[in-house]
Amino acid sequence: MGHRTALYDAHLAANGKMVDFGGWDMPINYGSQIEEHHAVRSKAGVFDVSHMTVVDIAGAGARDYLRQLLANDVDRIDPGRALYTGMLNDSGGVIDDLIVYKRDNDYRLVVNCATRETDLDWMEKHAGGFAVDIHERPEIAMLAVQGPQARDIVAGLLGGKRAEIVQGLRVFAFGEDGDWMIARTGYTGEDGVEIMLPGDDAVALWGQLLEAGVAPAGLGARDTLRLEAGMNLYGNDMDQSITPWEANMGWTVVLNDREFIGRQPLINQKENGHAEQFGLVLEGKGVLRAHQTVLLPNGEQGEITSGTFSPTLGKSIALARLPAGTTGKVDVEIRNKRQPAQVVRAPFVRNGEAVYKEL
Amino acid sequence: MSEIPAELRYASSHEWAKNDDGTVTVGITEHAQDAMGDLVYVELPEVGQVVAAGDEAGVVESVKAASDIYAPVSGEVVAINEALEDEPELVNNAPYEGGWLFKIQLSDESELDSLLTADQYQAQIDSE
Repeated sequence: MGHRTALYDAHLAANGKMVDFGGWDMPINYGSQIEEHHAVRSKAGVFDVSHMTVVDIAGAGARDYLRQLLANDVDRIDPGRALYTGMLNDSGGVIDDLIVYKRDNDYRLVVNCATRETDLDWMEKHAGGFAVDIHERPEIAMLAVQGPQARDIVAGLLGGKRAEIVQGLRVFAFGEDGDWMIARTGYTGEDGVEIMLPGDDAVALWGQLLEAGVAPAGLGARDTLRLEAGMNLYGNDMDQSITPWEANMGWTVVLNDREFIGRQPLINQKENGHAEQFGLVLEGKGVLRAHQTVLLPNGEQGEITSGTFSPTLGKSIALARLPAGTTGKVDVEIRNKRQPAQVVRAPFVRNGEAVYKEL
Repeated sequence: MSEIPAELRYASSHEWAKNDDGTVTVGITEHAQDAMGDLVYVELPEVGQVVAAGDEAGVVESVKAASDIYAPVSGEVVAINEALEDEPELVNNAPYEGGWLFKIQLSDESELDSLLTADQYQAQIDSE
């Protein structure tokens, strides 16, 4: 038996099909992954993301510590804002991608559950010399409510100060009320909020959301939604052997005068050249999948890192690592046959609409 | 509980077979489609293709993964369900009816006897 979130019984009650996910018993779907996907694109869906690891970083040295630990710079944001970043190893490879929430007196990090132990070990290892307290918060539950109507529905259910927070948030900002933290962030390419809250409150809110017509959505829909949104999945699209430059995370790297782990290898790789991440839209038959080989007209090759069928577009889409500057048409090897695909710039879908650009 | 019609025969690889005077209609079971999740692509054999029992004869792909389809009996493919090209979800919605995959003209009727009965297939699922 795996770990269970506070919502475990609620998943079973909603006919969730439970699977092992990084040691957690989590719902892959509640009947139809595609219907859940469409619910998020057209109205609202709710995901239990309590399996993610929440780590609070406090202490007088927290700022300096995070500025050397992370490739993005926490000085770029004010309190009340969130920042997406990679945490890199000594070679510039991505140990994990995470979100930092900057609070008035400390920082909160949300990292992937599959990399929890590696992350915590790495954080502890590099804490020497800094006055920091690294404190995991396993008791916190987390719900992601996503979709064009998500914020209106959530605000209507919560009322009062929490409703004001939900309605007033700018993108990538958050507000707090008591032991609730409400952030306008997500992993779907739709508007919505992610709410960190006590487990009992999460169960109650989940029930209210379903009552209000919000669709429970599982890990399956979460994956097709994030891929349509052009967002990376750790372990698929990047890992410790891949740098931010190679995973379309260059925008999260701040090369200023501060030292951070992995900085010099990144500078070197930028000078020497590297592969890049592209989007693909399949024009031939089949479904694009991770690890399929991409064949360029000039004989060079690349590899798909994530692929699926896009329910919104009705086509198969993928993220792929290809030689820099790739444009036009490529072939993908699917079951020993070559199928044509168009190279595009992700995201594929934002706010319910196709937005990808052919390259 | 998934439906396992008593009048059909089954392969251990989760295909069903229905014999009408030597023409065998083939599909995947309700249990199989449920395990795969929403289907988004179906690759079928060509009409006229000759297959042996156990041969790969197609692929069904869900949002999650691809699964091979094996011919439960030997013979010539005489029809394919062309509706599945645009509506692969028929396999999810009606695996024993509108979601059939292809038809084989049986070359050896005795092969049907080596397929599982509904009870035997149920027992296999229960033991998985």
